[in-house]
Amino acid sequence: MKRLLAAPEGRLAVITLVIFAGMSFLAPDRFLSVQNVTSMAFQFPEFAILALAMTITMLTGGIDLSVVGIANLSAIVAALILTRFATGTTGTDAVLWLALALAAAGGIGLVAGLFNGVAVAVFGLPAILATLGSGLIFTGIAIALTGGSAVMGFPAAAAWLGNATLAGVPVPLLLFALLAGGLAFVLARTGFGLKVQMYGTNPLAAHFAGVDVTRLLIRVYAVSGVLAAIAGLVVMSRANSAKADYGSSYLLLAVLIAVLGGVNPYGGYGRVVGVVLAVLSMQFLSSGLNMLGVSNFARELIWGALLLVVMVVNAGSWPRLRARPRVRAEPGLQPSPGTET
Amino acid sequence: MKLDLTRNETLVAGVILAFCAIAAVVDPGFLSMPTLTDLLRGGIVLGIFAVGAMLVLVSGGIDVSFTAVAAFAMYTTTLLLVNWAPGLPWWAAFLVAMAIGALLGAFNGLFIAGFGLPTLIVTLGTLSIFRGFLLTFVGSKLISNLPPGMRDFSRLMMVRGTNADGSFYSLPWAFAFLVGVVVVTWTILYRTMLGRAIFAMGGSMESARRIGIPVRATQFFVYVYVGTMAGLAGIIHASMARVANPFDLVGLELSVIAAVVLGGARLAGGYGTLTGTLLGVALIVLVRNSLIVLGIPSTWQSVAIGILILIGTGLPAWQAKRAAARAA
Amino acid sequence: MTAADEPLIVMRGVTKTYAGIRALDGVGFAIREGEAVSLAGENGSGKSTLIKILAGAEEPDEASITVAGESFARLTPRQSAGAGIMVIFQDFSLFPNLSVAENIGFSAELHAGHRLVDRGRVRALAARTLERVGVDIPLDARVETLSVAHKQLVAICRALASDARLIIMDEPTTALTEREVRVLLGIIRRLKADGVAVLFVSHKLAEVLEVCEHVVVLRNGRKVAEGPAGEFDAASLARHMTGRDVAEALPSPLADGAPRLLEVRGLSKAGAFADIGFELHAGEVLGIAGLLGSGRTPLAKALFGLVAPDAGRVTLDGREVPLGDPLAAAAAGIGYVPEDRLTEGLFLTQSILRNVGIGRLEAHAQGPLLDVAGLWREAEEWLRRLAVKAPDPAAPVRSLSGGNQQRVVLARWLARGPRMLLLNGPTVGVDVGSKAEIHGIIRDLAGRGLGVVVISDDLPELLATCHRILVMKEGRITDDLPGTATSEADLAHRLAS
Repeated sequence: MKRLLAAPEGRLAVITLVIFAGMSFLAPDRFLSVQNVTSMAFQFPEFAILALAMTITMLTGGIDLSVVGIANLSAIVAALILTRFATGTTGTDAVLWLALALAAAGGIGLVAGLFNGVAVAVFGLPAILATLGSGLIFTGIAIALTGGSAVMGFPAAAAWLGNATLAGVPVPLLLFALLAGGLAFVLARTGFGLKVQMYGTNPLAAHFAGVDVTRLLIRVYAVSGVLAAIAGLVVMSRANSAKADYGSSYLLLAVLIAVLGGVNPYGGYGRVVGVVLAVLSMQFLSSGLNMLGVSNFARELIWGALLLVVMVVNAGSWPRLRARPRVRAEPGLQPSPGTET
Repeated sequence: MKLDLTRNETLVAGVILAFCAIAAVVDPGFLSMPTLTDLLRGGIVLGIFAVGAMLVLVSGGIDVSFTAVAAFAMYTTTLLLVNWAPGLPWWAAFLVAMAIGALLGAFNGLFIAGFGLPTLIVTLGTLSIFRGFLLTFVGSKLISNLPPGMRDFSRLMMVRGTNADGSFYSLPWAFAFLVGVVVVTWTILYRTMLGRAIFAMGGSMESARRIGIPVRATQFFVYVYVGTMAGLAGIIHASMARVANPFDLVGLELSVIAAVVLGGARLAGGYGTLTGTLLGVALIVLVRNSLIVLGIPSTWQSVAIGILILIGTGLPAWQAKRAAARAA
Repeated sequence: MTAADEPLIVMRGVTKTYAGIRALDGVGFAIREGEAVSLAGENGSGKSTLIKILAGAEEPDEASITVAGESFARLTPRQSAGAGIMVIFQDFSLFPNLSVAENIGFSAELHAGHRLVDRGRVRALAARTLERVGVDIPLDARVETLSVAHKQLVAICRALASDARLIIMDEPTTALTEREVRVLLGIIRRLKADGVAVLFVSHKLAEVLEVCEHVVVLRNGRKVAEGPAGEFDAASLARHMTGRDVAEALPSPLADGAPRLLEVRGLSKAGAFADIGFELHAGEVLGIAGLLGSGRTPLAKALFGLVAPDAGRVTLDGREVPLGDPLAAAAAGIGYVPEDRLTEGLFLTQSILRNVGIGRLEAHAQGPLLDVAGLWREAEEWLRRLAVKAPDPAAPVRSLSGGNQQRVVLARWLARGPRMLLLNGPTVGVDVGSKAEIHGIIRDLAGRGLGVVVISDDLPELLATCHRILVMKEGRITDDLPGTATSEADLAHRLAS
C-alpha cells in the first residue's frame, strides 16, 4: 500500500477508484448502467488523445498549446474534402474519399507539428510561445477557410470513426487504447522514447551525450501534431461537423489531465498509465456529477479543484531539476519559493 | 545606424508605424480622430489586463486566470448591485469588483506563494475553478439591465466630437483608469522597494531569497495586485459594454500574454517595461480593429496575431541562440 | 565594545550532523578584524556547512559563536547580517537584470527598511563603495553584461555597502584569470587595511595564501591543521587536506612508434583560441593545462563539435572530422566527458543504467525497437568494469557519490568503443580516494591503446596521468612539455607567467 501510494500513478489509481466507487454508490442505477458506461466510452477519447499529445511534449519540458488549433484545422480540411467531393458518392468511391480526407487531416497534423518543432528546436522559441502563436495561426486558417461557420453534410461512412462499435466496443475508445498503448510502448521500448525522457531530464546533458536534440524535438512535436489531428477527426465524426472553435475548452483540459496524470511539467517524468487514469477519473467525475444533476459548469470547477489538490499532494514528489541553472526551465513552470531548500 | 532589433519595443513600434503608414496610403481617412479613439477605447480593458500580466511575468511567474477573475468580479458585483444595492454610485461598484478580484488573486497567491506550486499549473486550475464557480453558483444569465451607477459611468465621456466627414467619435472616462493603472504600476515598479523586489525575484529567485527579500510575501502581493487589476478591468468592461455577460473575457488570457511578450517581457522573468506592454496592446488592438483597412479580411485576424507572436518572440530567441553559439 | 585584541569572531565546538553523518565535529577557530583567513578543505570536508552556519542559514547541533564579544549558540540570518557577516557565494547571487548600482545598494536599502526607492542615494552609495575598493565599473551597466571578475567585485561591493565586517568568499578564484586574481588580492589588501576581515573558503588556496595571516584546514568535518599562513605552502596544504601524501603511479612510458591518432591543425575561434595545433598518439595521455579563461574549455568543446571553430582542421586516423557537429565527432570515435558533471554530464533523476545506456541506443536498435535487455546488460557490464559502487543500478544516478558519478559518464563513452576521450576536469568535485582511482582508470585506458586528452587546472593530476602536457594561455598553446620530466613548480610558473 505504501509503495502504491509512493508513486503519483498509485495515488491517482486510488483516487480514480474512490471516485468510481463514490459515483456508483451515489447513483447506482444510472452510473453503472450500460448506457452510461457506453456514453462515457464515446465521450472521453477525443480529449484523452489530446492529452497524449500534451504528454509527449511535456515530457521534453515543453508544451503544445496548439493542439486544439491543429485538431480543428485538420478536421476542417477533412470535412471540406468530404463535403466537396464525397457527398453523394457510394461504395468504394465513398471509402476512397474518406481515406483521402483522413490522410489529408493526418498530413496537416504532421506539417503543423513539424512547424512547431522547427520553431522550438531550430529557432529556439520557448515552446509555450511558439505553440501559442502557431495555435492562433492554425485556428486563424481554419476560420479563414470556413468563414467561421461549421462544415457539415458528410457521407454516412464518416460517422463510423466517432460513433460505431466494434464487437461492442466503441471505435473511439479502441482508437484511444491503441494510441495510448502505442505511446506507452514507444516511450518504454524505443530509443526515441528513451531519448525523449532523457532530454526532458537534462537537455544540456543530452546534447553533450551526442543526442541529436534538434531532430528529437522536431519529431516530438510532429507526433503531437498527428495525435491532435486524430483527435480532431474523432470530434468531427462524433459531431458530424467541423468548426474552427470546437473543443476550445479541451486545451486546458488536456494540460490539466497530463499534469493530473503525474507528468512532470519540468520534463523528464511521466507515464501513460497515469494519463489514462487521469482521463478516467475526470470522466467518472463529470459523468457522475451529471447524473447527480450537477451542471456542466460545475464540472469545470471540480476539475480545477482536483488538479490543485493533486498538485499539492504531488509537489513533494516531483524531482526538481536544480542542477540545470544554465538551461532555463520552461518559464512559468519554474518552481516557486518555499518548496526549495 | 543599426536598429536594435533585440529590443522588442523598437520592433513593435516599427510594425505599428509601418501598419499606420500603409493604412494611411490605402485609406486616407485612416489617420483620424475616430481611428485613434477606437484604438484607445479598445485598449482600455486589454491594457489593464496587460499591465497586470506584465507584473506577473516580471516576477518570474505567469497568470492565465485573470480573465476568469475579471468575469467573476464583474458579474458578481453587477448581480450584487442589481439585487441588493441598485442605488450605489459607480465608484462603489468599482471598489467591490476590485475587492473581489483581490480575494481571488489571494487564492492564487495562497497556492503559489504558500504551497510553492508552479504558477502556470495553479492559475490554469483556478481559471477552471473561478469560471466553474461563477457559472454554477453565481449565475450564467446575461444581465442587460445594469444598475444606474454603472450606466452613469458608461456615459461619462472624456472627449467627444464630430469628424470632418460627419462621423462621431468619443473616448469614455474609463480610459483615465488605464492611465491611472499605468501610473500606479509604474510607481510601484520603479519607485518602491517592493517593485524592485519584484524585478529582483524575476532576475534570480535564489539570490532574492539569499539577500533577505521576503519572496513569499512579494509573490503573494503580485497575485493579489493582478487580481485587483482584473476586477477593475472586468467592471469597466461590463460598464462599457452596458451588459454583464458571465461568458465574456475568458479566452482572452493568451492574447493578453502574447501582447505583453510582444512588448518585450520575458517569460523567464525579470524583464518587461510598461512602454513595451502598451505598445504590444496597441499592436494587437490595431490588428483587431483595422486589419480590414489593409485589405486583409478580418477572418485572417488571428493568423496575423499568431505571426506577430512568432516573429516578435522568434527574432530575439534566434538572435540569443546565435549569440550563444558565437560566444562558445 | 570589544577589546583591541579580542577577535571579531570566535567559533568553538561547532558540530553538525546530517542523517547520522558528522559534517562538522567540534570545529573552532577565530578571525580577527582586518585579518584574512584561509579555510581549506576538499569537497565534503565540511566547509560549506560551516559557511551556512556562519550565515545563519543552517542551525548547528552544538556551537558557541562569539561575534564582537556577544555569544550565540546559533546565528539567525538576521543576526548574522546584523553582525556584518556577508557571504559571497560562488554564483555571486546577483540580479543579472538589474544595474550595478542597484545590485550594490539592494541589501543595504532593504535592511535599512526603506520602502521607497531613492535612486540618488543608491547611486551615491554604490559609487562610494566602488571607490572604496578602487575599481571603476559603470553604475548603470546591467550586471548580466559584466565579466565574471566584475560580477565578483559587484558582489564584494554589495557586501561592503551592507557594512560588512567579515566577508566570506566561497571558492573565490575558480572563475578568475591570473590577472583578475591579482586584482582581487589587491582589493583584499585594501579591505584589510580598512579593518574588514576576510575568510577564503576553497580547495585551491595556494593562490590566496600570500594575503592571508592564518590558515585552517578541515578534513572530514574536523580541523586537522591551523597556523600562520607562512607555515603552509601548496604541498603542505594538499597533504593536510587529503590526509596523505598522494603518491601516484606515473604513467607507463609510451611505446615507440605508437600510431598517430588525432591531428589538429590551425584550429581557431575568435575570442576563444587561436592557431591550435597538436598530435595525439594511440595510447597517449595528453594534458592541456590552462587557467580558466585560457581557452581550454572552448578548445575541448570545439574538438567534440560543441563549438564551431572559425578555421582549422581535425583528423582522426587520417580521416577528417567534420567540425561543429557533436554527432559527427561521436561517430568518428571521440568521446567527451564535460567539465560540469551535474549540469552537462548527468541525467540526475534518471537511473544509472539509463545514464550509461543513452550513448548506445543506436547500437541496440532492432529496427524501430530497442533491445532493452541487451542495452541494460551492456551497461551493467561497464559499471562492473569501472567498479562503480552502485547497489541498485536502477536507482537515480544522483544517489551516487561524485567519483562514482564520474565513472558513470566515463562508462557511457567507453561503451561506445571510442578511439579517444576528451576529459574536461575529470576529477572536479571528486573526493581524494576516488581521484586516484580515476587517474588509475585513465592510465589503464591509455594502456589499452585509447588516446586520452585531459584538460585540467589541477597540476598534480596532469603530472600523474599525462605523457605530454600542453600549456595554454590566452587562447594559444605556449609550451609543449614532457609529462614525466616536468615539475609542478615549473608547470605552475609557466601557467602564471
